[in-house]
Amino acid sequence: MKQRTHLLLSIASIVLLVAIIWWADGNLNAYYTRIANTAAIYIVAAVSYNLINGTVGALSLGPNGFMALGGYTIALLMLPVMQKQMVFFLEPLIWPFSEFSLPPSLYLVGLIISGIVAAIGAFLIGWPCLRLKGDYLAIATFGFGEIIFVLANNMLFLTNGALGIKGLPELTNLWWSWGMAAATIFLIKNIVNSSYGRAMRAVRDNEVAAEAMGINVTRIKMLAFVTSGFFGGISGALMVMLISTISPTLFMFTMTFNLLIIVVLGGLGSITGAAVTAVLFSVLQEVLRTVESPLNLGFIQWPGIPGMRMVVFSILLILMMLFYRRGLFGSWEFSWEWLLSKLRRKEVPQCQQQTNK
Amino acid sequence: MRRIILLTVIALSILSMSAIAAEPIKIGVNMEMTGAVAAYGQMGWEGLQVASELIPMEVLGRPIELVLVDNKSDRVEAATATTRLIERDKVVAIIGTMTSGNMLAAGAIAENYKVPMIGPSTTNVLVTQGKKFSFRACFRDDYQGQVAARFAYNELGARTAAVLSDINQDYCVALGKEFVNEFKRLGGRIVAEQYVRTGDQDFSAQLTIVKNANPDVLYVPNYYTENALIAIQAKALGIKAPILSGDGADAPELIAIGKDAVEGLMHTAFWHEKAATNELGKQYVEAYRKKFNKEPNAFGVLAADSLLIVIDAIKRAGSTDPVKIRDAMEATKDLDVFTGKVTIQNGDAIKSVVIREVRNGQFDYLTTVHPD
Amino acid sequence: MSIEIFIQQLLNGISLGSLYSLIAIGYTMVYGILALINFAHGDIFMIGAYIAFFAVAIYALPWWLAAILTIILTACVGMLIERVAYRPLRDEPRISLLITAVGVAFFIENLAIVTLGARPKGFPVPAMMATNFDIYGFRISGVSIWVPILTICLLAGLLYIIYRTKIGMAMRAVAKDIEATRLMGVNVDRVIMYTFAIGSGLAAAGGMMWASKYPQIQPLMGMYPGWKAFTAAVVGGIGNITGAMIGGLIIGVVEIMTVAFFPTLSGFRDAFVFAILIIFLLVKPTGLMGEPLKEKV
Repeated sequence: MKQRTHLLLSIASIVLLVAIIWWADGNLNAYYTRIANTAAIYIVAAVSYNLINGTVGALSLGPNGFMALGGYTIALLMLPVMQKQMVFFLEPLIWPFSEFSLPPSLYLVGLIISGIVAAIGAFLIGWPCLRLKGDYLAIATFGFGEIIFVLANNMLFLTNGALGIKGLPELTNLWWSWGMAAATIFLIKNIVNSSYGRAMRAVRDNEVAAEAMGINVTRIKMLAFVTSGFFGGISGALMVMLISTISPTLFMFTMTFNLLIIVVLGGLGSITGAAVTAVLFSVLQEVLRTVESPLNLGFIQWPGIPGMRMVVFSILLILMMLFYRRGLFGSWEFSWEWLLSKLRRKEVPQCQQQTNK
Repeated sequence: MRRIILLTVIALSILSMSAIAAEPIKIGVNMEMTGAVAAYGQMGWEGLQVASELIPMEVLGRPIELVLVDNKSDRVEAATATTRLIERDKVVAIIGTMTSGNMLAAGAIAENYKVPMIGPSTTNVLVTQGKKFSFRACFRDDYQGQVAARFAYNELGARTAAVLSDINQDYCVALGKEFVNEFKRLGGRIVAEQYVRTGDQDFSAQLTIVKNANPDVLYVPNYYTENALIAIQAKALGIKAPILSGDGADAPELIAIGKDAVEGLMHTAFWHEKAATNELGKQYVEAYRKKFNKEPNAFGVLAADSLLIVIDAIKRAGSTDPVKIRDAMEATKDLDVFTGKVTIQNGDAIKSVVIREVRNGQFDYLTTVHPD
Repeated sequence: MSIEIFIQQLLNGISLGSLYSLIAIGYTMVYGILALINFAHGDIFMIGAYIAFFAVAIYALPWWLAAILTIILTACVGMLIERVAYRPLRDEPRISLLITAVGVAFFIENLAIVTLGARPKGFPVPAMMATNFDIYGFRISGVSIWVPILTICLLAGLLYIIYRTKIGMAMRAVAKDIEATRLMGVNVDRVIMYTFAIGSGLAAAGGMMWASKYPQIQPLMGMYPGWKAFTAAVVGGIGNITGAMIGGLIIGVVEIMTVAFFPTLSGFRDAFVFAILIIFLLVKPTGLMGEPLKEKV
């Protein structure tokens, strides 16, 4: 009974999402559409990043590297052959990418391949590095992100270097971005609620104890890392196909910093938190433009300080860490039970907040 | 009583005047005000400020308003900023971005909306390639690289050259390759091709290789930050070959940082005030010095040029329809701008290249190469 | 490659490496005592360079006075950061501290961009640093001779403080076990504050020397030197001061030699450094001279 209600509610919410996208696709102007798209892409990136940082509790500083891998893969797959010859004028693109490109109808295939390439990258870096503890993992993953950046700049025959690749078809629309966001949330939520997810949380709470309980810590971390890499790659691919160009600077460390703010603000470990703050962040980034542009209220003249936004964001991050480490949502997750009991004005027992069966 | 009538008349006339004062025509400015290459956006914005004081800021009987948006030197932001300018602020044309990478992202958006966009200093070949609504107010990298190679081969008599370019900058990589191709075509030999990356401060390893190769000329198609340090370290290592650079060297900081090490450094440039033959250019130099109390730079003057090109196009189009403005911009011919005369062809500005040399702590005018 | 070129490149490497050493010492010291990767170390280094710039170029102070002032002021900045951002989190999970450190680094960088502008400024190089020497045909800049001397002096001073003074003893005690040290009646907060003051003072010294060699200062100048110095600290065994010095030299020489031996790969220079970092973390996470990590259960 309970399960059927939940299923119905889930279906209803999917229908609602479809209806909203359908409406938005026709009615939002391009500016708001772009923000909505960016928000959804940030959801994909942040929710997957949260799996490592929040659920497993291992600080990775390399999600920008995964996004770059995904972004370059989709660019090489989807760029029309004609464009490839035009864009790679310094050094020709190497075979086999120079010979083929996927038609727009196979965008989904392209996205999945991008995810897989990023996941392979995650595996290759995770295989040695996940044995490292705490700070060392953070440093190693940062190094990985930097190496990807250097490679992207130097491997002209594959990435066109700093010139980047342009002229990609703009395939990311609200359907793709929000569809992928929904799929990511659904899949990651299922992983977190599975026995693997419990093992991940056990690793976070006490690695040594988890190991003593018979959990293969490295394997669990690897699982989280590769999953996170997969979706990170997809988010990078979505972003590239939204703005239709890619260059190494697109996925620099600033991207990781943005994601870090999102997951910390949302509450480390909370999927709901990551998703909601991803949207908040995308909107906030636009709203905060006003602190940078001059403002004239007649009696007060605000000259507008360019660059203020990043200062505000970093202060926000520090203050969150100092005074509100739980973030907006702590480890709380949205669930139908919670909603139903709220509607029935009942108290939710503490233990039900975590599980969602 | 009479006073009251007088006051009423004055009040009424003020009221009616403000009612007549038409809606301003908005021109977007999409600049790198913060982030990695903030210096260019800031210089561009300075130029626009000077220009807006020098020229009447109205066209078709309506005032012109510049709407500045910062793109944080970031491609995604540059695209978002463009959308915002067009959608929310309803601009009829956009000036910016300053760097080619951001222009590629922003130009794609402008193309969709059919709003013309003009990059003051976006020299990358790809910027206007296949685009109807992307313009530039400067020459292209390939042309600049070729001029540099010819100058090195013919005027400096160089037969061997070394190139040290910044792999992280599309501009530097492309310029370096163009130089190499043209220099080889002329019959010269490239004895060392080395790379550095933005943010690097130590180039001793690469320069030691250059020294060992003993070239007749060292070509450094980079931005001034790297160029100044390269010159200092080249001098410290005892490299005697003359250093030739591109327009990225054009900033007072090159001299402030490089001091005597950059003496004799030559570079291709958009502009030199001594080459500023027209009245507008002289006025600009004077106004800039007065307003900012420092020497003008090319990035600012090119942004100012862009403004003139846009205003002129609006005037000739006789309309604020972006498509008509675009057509008028494409038809720009022998327009007097701050840097001289400009003609636009396929979105590219046809301009002469100025070659300058650092002499006595100043950028001095050497010669001008006119387009063929 | 001829032997002359090799020696010249080796000199280049040592001269770069000794700068890394200078920065790495401060890095490793903070880590050794607090087990905190102070991401902001490179940015404190930048602050030091800017303070020196203002003291000399704007307020026209003599160099010796400017240097002392710079070190004191930068040390104060370091203490302030510790007091405001790190101390409240000392007993929290490490990940919180690390994230805060990233936040502090970003904050300093962007605040500097907003207040000081993104455009680089020329650094007034002191005369004794500016001369270049020609020794048997090899070119060495004046800075390259002074930096190793200064680094060794600072190293000796630091070792003296840590092993011969009371505060140093307290620092070593904090590094072993904060709680036990506190129980022994040592004012742990004060000890950690001094640690940060010394670490930041060293960063300031590094900043001034760096800016004398590469006389261009801008808000992001500390980023890469900071990372490379950190790599040096890891290679040397993070927490080990002598190790940091050796690690710095190794990183400097390796960085230069990759270009020297593989001229076509000069663009990959930094990738090599980060690859070394990862390899060291994997194969020998305790570095060349570090003590083996003890895991607390």
